[in-house]
Amino acid sequence: MYAQMVKSTGDGVKSRDEMSDEERAFQDRIDADEKIEPKDWMPEGYRKTLIRQIGQHAHSEIVGQLPEGNWITRAPTLERKAILLAKVQDEAGHGLYLYCAAETLGVSRDELTEDLLSGRMKYSSIFNYPTLTWADMGAVGWLVDGAAIMNQVPLQRTSYGPYSRAMIRICKEESFHQRQGYDIMLKLANGTGDQKRMAQDALNRFWYPSLMMFGPSDKDSVHSAQSMAWKIKINTNDELRQKFVDQTVPQAEFLGLTVPDPDLKWNEETAHYEFTEPDWSEFFDVIKGNGPCNAERLAARNKAWDEGAWVRDGLLAHAEKKAARRVAAE
Amino acid sequence: MSAPNAAYPDTPEAEDTPPKRHEWPLWEIFIRGQHGLNHRHVGSLHAPDAEMAIKNARDVYTRRNEGVSIWAVEARHIAASSPSEKGPLYEPSQSKVYRHPTFFDIPEEAGHM
Repeated sequence: MYAQMVKSTGDGVKSRDEMSDEERAFQDRIDADEKIEPKDWMPEGYRKTLIRQIGQHAHSEIVGQLPEGNWITRAPTLERKAILLAKVQDEAGHGLYLYCAAETLGVSRDELTEDLLSGRMKYSSIFNYPTLTWADMGAVGWLVDGAAIMNQVPLQRTSYGPYSRAMIRICKEESFHQRQGYDIMLKLANGTGDQKRMAQDALNRFWYPSLMMFGPSDKDSVHSAQSMAWKIKINTNDELRQKFVDQTVPQAEFLGLTVPDPDLKWNEETAHYEFTEPDWSEFFDVIKGNGPCNAERLAARNKAWDEGAWVRDGLLAHAEKKAARRVAAE
Repeated sequence: MSAPNAAYPDTPEAEDTPPKRHEWPLWEIFIRGQHGLNHRHVGSLHAPDAEMAIKNARDVYTRRNEGVSIWAVEARHIAASSPSEKGPLYEPSQSKVYRHPTFFDIPEEAGHM
């Protein structure tokens, strides 16, 4: 999931008796699957939780360009390079759709950017892992985009109109991403011994970080309960993780690769795979800023923002000058 | 604090607020799909001027041939109805069912109409 551990009000879900008339009418609209639009009345907690969630999601799309951007100049063929470039450009687009959805809630784009750059707002833990080989481009597309899709498909039905519409657009474009990743893995898995080993190594390194993307179990979380009542979260983290494992294991088998979990087994009774949970202490460490690439990612975003300042200011100054000339001519 | 405004005593002093962010204005983007449809709202973006808004809209909203024409309107120029007026604003049309063709029973013998 691209948004992890999003804090809600923390007060738990209010009972109907505890709600004000406005809150009750609002909850009724959500329960009736009506979309909430920017100018509608909404509880302050709903607005703030959404800004956190959509903001974190947007930041993930933007920072998510960095691990893949790393390989654009080194893609093995011109075609692969063009495809990867298009994919990374899509991620930028997805970030922009989401920022514009967040802005309808009354936060400015620059505030969101500044909160990312200062580390006040988070992005997905997954992008703090390095992409060491070309096979990692395959693993990222197949597993990371695969896990993101798992989360984003149900979010198309989220209660907030602008977020839902952004999700619909993103999902339409995202399946190309996962397929291009799997296509890279297929080629490597059916290639030379070295290529196959490279593919296996990428799966080994990205398997558990991908499972972490859904976040730790939240079946007892008051934050998640509130978000689910507001329909800004549709499934629990465990549900989505299970779905992801069930879908991905046969795909790994088709590639002839081994999922790095000796305890992985199919449970005939539940019709689900049993699997080993990732190391959650590693997850919390990465979230805290101690992952292998946290510092590098934030430094890259800060550098791009600082070095782009003269372009942003220059274009604005030019636009203002042109506008003033137009007024003078009239 | 700024100095008292001696030249224009009626003008209140400027408030001591932090400088405004120098953010590019927000534009709402409308795109005409390829099938002779109306322009339809697709989202928004930031751009310094109209020309750049259209260029950015091309990159952000038409990467897969989604359109043949783009409108960019600065968001602050859009007037919108207020959600709280929903009732009174649309009520008059609710009682006029005769505006729909199905209101009228036409005998089958009259043929297709």
